[in-house]
Amino acid sequence: MDIPLWRFGEALTAGLISHALLTAFVVVALITWVADWMSKTFTRGRLHGSAIAIIIGLLCAYLGGWLTGGNKGLADISLFAGVGLLGGAMFRDFAIVATAFGAQPATLREAGAVGAFSVVFGVVLSFCTGASVAVGFGYTDAVSVATIGAGAATYIVGPVTGTALGASSDVIALSVAAGLVKSILVMVGTPLVARFIGLTTPHAAMIYGGLMGTTSGVAAGLAATDARLVPYGAMTATFYTGVGCLLAPSILYLMVRSLL
Amino acid sequence: MVIYGVGILAASLLGGNALGNLIGQLMGIDANVGGVGIAMLLLLGLTSLRAPGFSLGPMSAQGISFWSAMYIPIVIAMAAKQNVIAAVSSGPMALLAGVAAVTVSFLAIPLIARWGSGAVEDAEQA
Repeated sequence: MDIPLWRFGEALTAGLISHALLTAFVVVALITWVADWMSKTFTRGRLHGSAIAIIIGLLCAYLGGWLTGGNKGLADISLFAGVGLLGGAMFRDFAIVATAFGAQPATLREAGAVGAFSVVFGVVLSFCTGASVAVGFGYTDAVSVATIGAGAATYIVGPVTGTALGASSDVIALSVAAGLVKSILVMVGTPLVARFIGLTTPHAAMIYGGLMGTTSGVAAGLAATDARLVPYGAMTATFYTGVGCLLAPSILYLMVRSLL
Repeated sequence: MVIYGVGILAASLLGGNALGNLIGQLMGIDANVGGVGIAMLLLLGLTSLRAPGFSLGPMSAQGISFWSAMYIPIVIAMAAKQNVIAAVSSGPMALLAGVAAVTVSFLAIPLIARWGSGAVEDAEQA
């Protein structure tokens, strides 16, 4: 038998592409292994392995976007398409719900009221902040200001609001970008500031989820900080986009219009 | 059986999503309102159910714990499929809007947490 090496490479690549989800398991396992090693070697465990793994994931996403010009990060490289499935909304929500197994229903009930308050407050806070930045950059029409404010809530609330109000497509694109910046910053920033903002209890995690609202950001932020807090933060964050889609194109837009 | 746990978990998410979409429609918006949160409550309800002929065995529980343990790997995959390049190259305004929103929200957490825990203590004293 005389099979050239490149034949083997070709066969392997074909297999990796056709079994995309399995390839994704291997890729994530390798990232986790490297991240754990880096955490132990360079930070003596002070920066969580999962925090480093998420940062490596984001760097891979940057690389994927840079190489392909697509918008799904690493998943746009056909070899790594399975990462898009594994990291997509279906598996993400499936795993988030699974973390609730073992959560304390009593804690969820106790913090229910303050959690609900923090969702509404969080939407208004992010909207006002984003809208102020838009005004600072010279936008004067209420539709654009409201759309960018909505984007500072989440990258779903932005385009939903912009479409409802008839904003121009470049303003909608900006609102999506603002939401992406927020989501990624929450992923990276949460483990770094967790101690200073008291993000150590289920109670605080529910408020955090309600104030941040970006499901991806909250999911990754808590994973990198303390995975036991995930169900509490996810519980409130899951209402945020809905509340944002309700408030931003209606009450909040009217508020902006009356002020400008 | 492991599949019972996985089945309960999947049914919870499907049920929660259906209810979340329904709530969205009733509110007149094209968004899922709280689907994942409702699913978590459904899962907690179903797994604590103790009826004759229905209780969650240790193997069934493993079907749920496995996916709970897969949470962080899934989040890493999620990070790897974000549109990072759009976020990084979005220009100063989108960047500032996102950064400011996150900073203000982080700062608000201790304020609300203090008020919230104070309210709970008051309620206990009353």
